[in-house]
Amino acid sequence: MAVANPLGINLDQYKYGFRDPEEYAFKSRKGLDRPIVEQISHMKGEPDWMRAIRLHSLDVFEKKPTPTWGGNVSQIDFGDIYYYVKPMENQGKTWDEVPENIKRTFDRLGIPEAEKKYLAGVGAQYESEVVYHSLREEWTKQGVIFLDMDSGLREHPEIVQEYFGTVVPPEDNKFSALNSAVWSGGSFVYVPAGVHVDIPLQAYFRINAQNMGQFERTLIIAEPGSYVHYVEGCTAPTYTTDSLHSAVVEIIVKEGARVRYTTIQNWSKNVYNLVTKRAVAYRDATMEWVDGNLGSKLTMKYPSVYMLEPGAKAEILSIAFAGEGQHQDPGGKVIHAAPHTQSSVVSKSISKSGGRAGYRGLVKVYPGARGSKCAVRCDALILDDRSRSDTYPTMEIDEDDVQVTHEATVSKVSDEQLFYLMSRGINADEAMNMIVRGFIEPISRELPMEYSVELNRLIALEMEGSVG
Amino acid sequence: MSNSVQNYSRPHVTGKVERRIRLDTELVIKDLVAQVEDKVILKGASLTVRSGEIHALMGPNGSGKSTLANVLMGNPFYQVVKGEVLYKGEDLLAMAPDERARKGLFIAFQYPVSIPGVTMASFLRTAVSARRGYDKDALMSLAEFQKLVRAKVEELQVDPAVLGRYVNEGFSGGEKKRAEILQMAVLEPEIAIMDETDSGLDVDAVKIVAAGVNRMYESSGRKMGALVITHYPRILKYIKPTRVHVMFDGRIVTSGEAELAEELDQIGYDGIRAQYEQVAAEVAGEGEVRSAGKVFWVKH
Repeated sequence: MAVANPLGINLDQYKYGFRDPEEYAFKSRKGLDRPIVEQISHMKGEPDWMRAIRLHSLDVFEKKPTPTWGGNVSQIDFGDIYYYVKPMENQGKTWDEVPENIKRTFDRLGIPEAEKKYLAGVGAQYESEVVYHSLREEWTKQGVIFLDMDSGLREHPEIVQEYFGTVVPPEDNKFSALNSAVWSGGSFVYVPAGVHVDIPLQAYFRINAQNMGQFERTLIIAEPGSYVHYVEGCTAPTYTTDSLHSAVVEIIVKEGARVRYTTIQNWSKNVYNLVTKRAVAYRDATMEWVDGNLGSKLTMKYPSVYMLEPGAKAEILSIAFAGEGQHQDPGGKVIHAAPHTQSSVVSKSISKSGGRAGYRGLVKVYPGARGSKCAVRCDALILDDRSRSDTYPTMEIDEDDVQVTHEATVSKVSDEQLFYLMSRGINADEAMNMIVRGFIEPISRELPMEYSVELNRLIALEMEGSVG
Repeated sequence: MSNSVQNYSRPHVTGKVERRIRLDTELVIKDLVAQVEDKVILKGASLTVRSGEIHALMGPNGSGKSTLANVLMGNPFYQVVKGEVLYKGEDLLAMAPDERARKGLFIAFQYPVSIPGVTMASFLRTAVSARRGYDKDALMSLAEFQKLVRAKVEELQVDPAVLGRYVNEGFSGGEKKRAEILQMAVLEPEIAIMDETDSGLDVDAVKIVAAGVNRMYESSGRKMGALVITHYPRILKYIKPTRVHVMFDGRIVTSGEAELAEELDQIGYDGIRAQYEQVAAEVAGEGEVRSAGKVFWVKH
């Protein structure tokens, strides 16, 4: 294939379902209790305060009931999961230092290629640990920090301690508590005031082991006037049993800074993907979430932006594609807690072959957030009669001086459109693809070019044979 | 027709070559009956369009002209009840629309639909790659495509900005019509059907479109066949037809040389209607009547 694709190299046939033999430096026993949490913390050589957070979070996790709204998570057996799997002794600074089998995996996924071509830095996480990390020197010199979260904690404990759990506390929900108890890996990004990292940083997450739980923790701090674009991709092999991915992402966007966070999630269809992503935006700061959900068995993910000071802006772009046996329940939350804040939410969902996709969102405007504006647009495209789309928009507006709009459409691919494209020689499958690509174009055009190409290819793969 | 390309003037063509050209591409419509939902619209239309011939199909609104065009392209909204269409000797009605297009049939739609999110450029590139027989998923190189499309955009005096816009999305009526002709120019059909392309265009635009069609005809070595469907004779001043046909109530009721269009302009469709009704009455009364009035006859 001519175009380097960051999420996979051979797309002619699916996919990322290959698996490596399981060889590990350490693998915890299955299940979750205090000794497991203490063991994780001990192996990582963490400070006492972090161990205390973990143990407190475990208590919270055990007390919180399993959510009964959204998707069905009742089948997750928390006792049947490996919470910590360490694939290798040390993290590689160069690809040569990464063990051969893991290197092969990331080679197959196109990561080194992508790094060379268009990334400022790369982090690659395999199971619980980040196995490779690099940041181009030009950015290091300007004081940018891009590390895996464990190294971040070791090398910059004061920054981590200041911000960790301040945006998403363990008490937020059952899965944020779980993550806070057993987190491992993830990214730590710090961008000093005024620094613009103008090519993306990328993190790549790979689950290999069966019955594995991956709980990465990401913390991004953008100092005043800075800019960073962080991109993550996710895949896993196909096993007969389910895996759990439950990440927490916390982002602090300070005055006048801008952060864009792009996710293309293509987990295999036996992964529960239950993620808490939240950002706080201060005066005149901008936070943008671009969220593409293709894989997984169930995704529940509602990236949020708390606009805490005047002039803060939020943009959430979300795509969900649900095929057979998949339930995509993505969405977003925008919280207007200060005057003259602005938000825009655009959600596009596609369902086919009995899949279920939709949008679940919250718009909250606090009293006094006068002059704020919010626009929500949800479009659903349903490709056959067996599939389903759900939209759950919630609006809590406690201020009169605001402009809030909500538009929602549900459509099917029209025969007229298919006929029109086919009348130009385009075959039925490609015609359907074009219509679907067009449907998500408002979002795919926001992606870096390589990702947009990749997204379109992934969707084309999912669409194969969809025209009867 | 413009005579600017002298090389192609007909007197030099021998009978043998003429015959070869005629066999080249031929669209033969035989006694076609078609309906929309439960309403029969085409009631036995027969017409042959060969390579190099330009046929004008005229008739009042609702006479079945657009239905014929859509049936020929395979619009699933229309059902063929009976009849036959042969294209290059093959059963056209058995082909999917995309196969028809790849084999060189084209229709410039009267009401093109919009495809949100798909740019004209990406659409045209995919279409021309399919038309030119590229393998599945392969596309004409960007450089080659751009060269091709730039030339066509210039020829047809289309605003190049149209290439970056979504297919027909927010286009004015005139822009849609021009975009259809741009597609036609890029795809280089062997037989092109133009369904009321002139409606909704001002005189200048009609001239530009007609000049574009004439140029396509010339650059095909006068091999392109065309079926120009129109309500008004205006466009036929600029595209000289080989034959003119008049459709009424689902049938072609008369055919003639180019002058028929002018005659029709004077008599008007009301005149046709009167004569047709007279003929219909005679057919009902006497069985098989093959001619009536001065120029019109019923052809089954």
